[in-house]
Amino acid sequence: MKKTVFAAAVIVLGGLLCGTFEAIHPFGIPYETAMDDYFLVHALSDRSAQNVVTSLVFDFRGFDTLGEAAVLFTALTAIGALFRDGGKRE
Amino acid sequence: MKPLSVVVTSVFDIFAWFMIVFGVYVINNGHNTPGGGFQGGAIVATFMSFVLVAYGGKKFMTWAREGAYGALELIGLMAFFAFGCLGFPNAFFYNSLAIPHGGTPLSEWLPYCGTISLMNVAVGAEVVGALSLVVYYMYGSIRMVDTGAGMGGERGHDRFDR
Amino acid sequence: MTDSIAENALDFVGNAPYVVVALLVLMSLYAMLTQKNLIKICIAISILGASVNMFLVLMGYRHGGGIPIHYLKGAQESMVLPTPQCLTLTAIVIALATTALMLSLVIMVNKHYGTLDIDEIRRLRG
Repeated sequence: MKKTVFAAAVIVLGGLLCGTFEAIHPFGIPYETAMDDYFLVHALSDRSAQNVVTSLVFDFRGFDTLGEAAVLFTALTAIGALFRDGGKRE
Repeated sequence: MKPLSVVVTSVFDIFAWFMIVFGVYVINNGHNTPGGGFQGGAIVATFMSFVLVAYGGKKFMTWAREGAYGALELIGLMAFFAFGCLGFPNAFFYNSLAIPHGGTPLSEWLPYCGTISLMNVAVGAEVVGALSLVVYYMYGSIRMVDTGAGMGGERGHDRFDR
Repeated sequence: MTDSIAENALDFVGNAPYVVVALLVLMSLYAMLTQKNLIKICIAISILGASVNMFLVLMGYRHGGGIPIHYLKGAQESMVLPTPQCLTLTAIVIALATTALMLSLVIMVNKHYGTLDIDEIRRLRG
């Protein structure tokens, strides 16, 4: 019974999701590409990096990557605090 | 975890070291080829999981060094932050060491792309330390259950003689 | 010649990748709502994150574009958009960190209660 209700709710949500396809661009034809074209040209000409994605991650969006590394460190610290005594505590 | 059969350990002996070499290659060539610090670090950190699966928990606990991985993690994070601070006259994380395409390098030891490859190495070290420590902590938490007599124990994964 | 082939391929594909993303989201939501095992709920959350990553990469696809690496892109004139791939890289690492934390919490729950069934856990302690 409960599963039927959940399945119906999920199907309704799926219909709503398929309705939002009208609002986004068709697959393969992005509308606004000025920023990405700038990155594609200047990653090679200014930074001498062939891999545009790495150049974007570590240079243009470096502050974002610092936060990402901090998230990784925080998760590690949380795991270490959780298992501090080798899991001996019941 | 008990060690797996001789097939897995032989494959480990032959190929696991090349896995580390491949991970270091991915880290070092992150500015030219697909990959980078995070991906190469994940490849290198797979080595400790491979030790745990192939040779079992006892050998894993003798091989793993918690302090070394913690130091690797901290050094990587601090080096990443320091490389970000290199561009401070202009902006935080400004790539002040990069040489524009076709320019002449300041020194033959500096990479053309400046801090991008240096940050790749730093982040690679950080990810290696972090993921290995995650495996170490999570195995250390289930080790008591693993060797305890009350929990029924675990048979060998793929061998029939034990 | 190649242009007409590309347009035909685009007509053939249409919006099917977005439909795949929607199906993945719905499947993971259904699994999260109906499953009782904590490990299965963790798997469902991981599938939800993976579908969101896939949606980000699909948003940046430019038809006929090569990979955003200059000397590996081949004969294509254009490249796909690099910014969504960068965001996806960030999201993958954060999803990895949260998955590790989630599984550690599952380990602690299993040690504390001796079960992974959420109904059992609810029955045992208020």
